[in-house]
Amino acid sequence: MENKLKLEIVTPYGLIFSEDVDEVTGAGSEGEFGILPGHVPFVTTLKVGMLIAKTGKESKYFFVNWGYAEIGADKVMVLADSAERSDEIDVERAKAAMKRAEERLKKAEEIDFHRAEASLERAATRIQIAQHRIPK
Amino acid sequence: MATLRDIKRRIKAVQSTSKITKAMKMVAAAKFRRAQQRMFEMRPYADRMNSILSSLAAGAEGELHPLLAARPRKNVEVLVLTSDRGLCGAFNSNILKAAARHISELKKEGFEVIISSVGRKARDYFKRRNISLRKSWTGISGRISYSNAQEIANDIIENYTNETIDEVILIYNEFKSVIAQKIIVARLLPLAPVEATEETLPVFNFIYEPSKQDIFGSLLPKNVEIQIFRALLESQASEEAARMASMENATKAANDMINSLTLQFNKARQASITKELMDIVGGVEALKG
Repeated sequence: MENKLKLEIVTPYGLIFSEDVDEVTGAGSEGEFGILPGHVPFVTTLKVGMLIAKTGKESKYFFVNWGYAEIGADKVMVLADSAERSDEIDVERAKAAMKRAEERLKKAEEIDFHRAEASLERAATRIQIAQHRIPK
Repeated sequence: MATLRDIKRRIKAVQSTSKITKAMKMVAAAKFRRAQQRMFEMRPYADRMNSILSSLAAGAEGELHPLLAARPRKNVEVLVLTSDRGLCGAFNSNILKAAARHISELKKEGFEVIISSVGRKARDYFKRRNISLRKSWTGISGRISYSNAQEIANDIIENYTNETIDEVILIYNEFKSVIAQKIIVARLLPLAPVEATEETLPVFNFIYEPSKQDIFGSLLPKNVEIQIFRALLESQASEEAARMASMENATKAANDMINSLTLQFNKARQASITKELMDIVGGVEALKG
């Protein structure tokens, strides 16, 4: 266990992922971070973005929608509002959401603006991450 | 005495009622399983949230976060969770009774009580009594999502931070087992101080990004959301369990009724056959004479 990281991704809808991995890369609110086993204890907030879990030569990609990460020497614990594996992302839905958000942005009412912007960001990130489907 | 046809009609009516209640019981059972499933699914999240919070709290000094700081109580908000639909036994009336009792106690102690509610049943209850609600959310039960909890939490936190309310009390049904619910009256805000547990990591060498205050400050509202979400799910599971039990009882009662009506029907049928026989025998005897 010395040189492995236990990555756990939990959301209010359940445990999404729990496995031992070699390396984790995530999008922190202050910038991207990479974690290798033996990292110093570290707590950060996450923004909408990609989380990559590397085991050997294989990489798994996740979409993470806000949240927190607590990092210890041999574990990475991610608490997210929602999270999806790259191959579980519904691209059609994301595209539809992107379209809706773009239309709302054009009308740009003050109150809706931030929400539309946020949903646009989510949709765009989802689509981007969905490109990284694990080749079969 | 009721005629044969009347009894037959009643048996038919009760039979169709029992079919309906039986179907409702099955539906409630399916919904209950789903609700219970979701309750289990969110547990790991809540557990980990607590462990992060406690490891943060272990080293938190300096000024208290507003959501933690208790101030003199004056306006107390009571948030009551009920269901949207009825036919679930005493589920709603129990919780509303408990809420009413609690509210009058608070008033006796001299607090200004503000009420808000989740579920159609609570809204209608307070409306009938001409008690105005600060806010009521309806149409949530049945398909609770995390964003519902977020919406409620945001509203409450906003009112708490601008000091419209000084304390928030949550009243809901906690799921104990399929046949038992427990009414919980819990303080939601100010949040109970988080205690550091023994298993938390040593704190002195943690790196925080952004600052510890920021993380702590954004985790606390999350914690409120989680608590509301949990209460909503508990209440949902309890509701379906209560509905299941009450529909089971209704089906049983209907079957009992069918049995006693069938007995009555047979008795009446036999009585009429006997009567007819007597008539015939009487007629034959008269002819003989």
